[in-house]
Amino acid sequence: MSTFIQRYTRRERINHWVVAIAFVLAALSGLALFHPAFFFLVHLFGGGPWTRILHPFIGVVMFLFFIVMAALFWRFNHITAADRQWMKRIGDVMRNRDQGLPELGKYNAGQKYLFWILVVSVPVLLISGIVIWQPWFAPYFPVWLLRVAVVIHALAAWIMILGIVVHVYALFWVRGTMRAMTRGTVSDAWAKHHHRAWYREMTGK
Amino acid sequence: MALQSLDIKARSATTTPSPDARANGAIPVAKLIDISKCIGCKACQVACMQWNDLRDEVGNNVGVYDNPMDLTDQSWTVMRFSEVEVQQGKLEWLIRKDGCMHCADPGCLKACPAPGAIVQYSNGIVDFHEEHCIGCGYCLTGCPFNIPRISKKDSKAYKCTLCSDRVAVGMEPACVKTCPTGAIVFGSKVDMIHHAEGRIVDLKERGYSNASLYDPQGVGGTHVMYVLQHADQPELYANLPKDPTISPLVGLWTGIAKPLMSLGIGLAVFAGFFHFVTAGPKEVEEEEEETD
Repeated sequence: MSTFIQRYTRRERINHWVVAIAFVLAALSGLALFHPAFFFLVHLFGGGPWTRILHPFIGVVMFLFFIVMAALFWRFNHITAADRQWMKRIGDVMRNRDQGLPELGKYNAGQKYLFWILVVSVPVLLISGIVIWQPWFAPYFPVWLLRVAVVIHALAAWIMILGIVVHVYALFWVRGTMRAMTRGTVSDAWAKHHHRAWYREMTGK
Repeated sequence: MALQSLDIKARSATTTPSPDARANGAIPVAKLIDISKCIGCKACQVACMQWNDLRDEVGNNVGVYDNPMDLTDQSWTVMRFSEVEVQQGKLEWLIRKDGCMHCADPGCLKACPAPGAIVQYSNGIVDFHEEHCIGCGYCLTGCPFNIPRISKKDSKAYKCTLCSDRVAVGMEPACVKTCPTGAIVFGSKVDMIHHAEGRIVDLKERGYSNASLYDPQGVGGTHVMYVLQHADQPELYANLPKDPTISPLVGLWTGIAKPLMSLGIGLAVFAGFFHFVTAGPKEVEEEEEETD
């Protein structure tokens, strides 16, 4: 009965999932070194030294694929007047009272803010991560810079993790969303309901 | 390495008590380095190498007496030579034996994310247990004295142990044993402070009116102390910090921000869960599309 429209190409889906898997591995290995409460996570990576060795390489993979993904999605993520209106009604959105929300393009304001958070935090993580990367790069930087970089790295990672927690939850909360990234399509009804302007653009209706 | 004869007061990245059940713990120890007595012979460097089985690379002479030029994973102590003129026309050669200060409030231990890789014994010695070290280099950021070094051989952090293995069996550190002028002495911290007081009186009589003990309180005091002729200007001694403290980027960060941030992540997950069980899923009804 229901028809579907293409939301993500095969290339976009592969790209997204490489970033997602790298993020999960980087987050778990990073948290392990962030606080003793998470140190047990080093066992997923073969112990403390292996966690320290692998974490930066995982991060570099995440960065490289993220850059491509960001380039692909960039033009859909400019904040518009409709987004600002939508944000004003975020309370209604949260309570599933979606009647009369403004018509949105491919992404809503929440998705766009996440995009920009990632666009800032991923390069910050890369740069600060290189500064503290033992044993390859850290010896070339002064101690005060290592101190600053450790804090910036953890802060950027924390913001990113919180953003992704919301991202993952939204996927679970908003039914019919998951298939956009697993199969590449969404139902007409989903597209009309959540991204009416994008739906019109795609279908000409 | 774990020493059964020494109780442990604190362990890195550990939030539960350390094994220190024994009744009286240990007497806090200290090494006192009297810079006014040091002749720069480097016997302490040799003794350290010998006892700890360390062999640094043979470097090149670059025109100064410092050799090796810096601490390394193989050189846990080095003599730092400073030529200064505190009074115009009166050259002084200040020779400071550099190495771990064994802070009562150790920044390295605070910064370390690997449980038990850095321990502080109840006698005050701060020791690295390299078998637990993961090689992240965070101890470098915690240290106000720039002491730990990551080995290029095994990517583990190394520094002076205050010869914890010798102290554990009632011997003094190797550098102390070998020092030919008695510039390095070792004993209980109380005794060392007392010994230093005598030396300071002597130095003051000889015209060093600013002579004093270097036992910086910013790091809770240290278990390696100096007698300085010019204690008002510790920077003269190869940039010995005047008031060393753990950087707030390490202290406040690991002490306060990190637990709060961890809590924040947990709360975000719970918020999602409770949002779901209250608001429920956002579903799109098929009929809805007929309305337009």
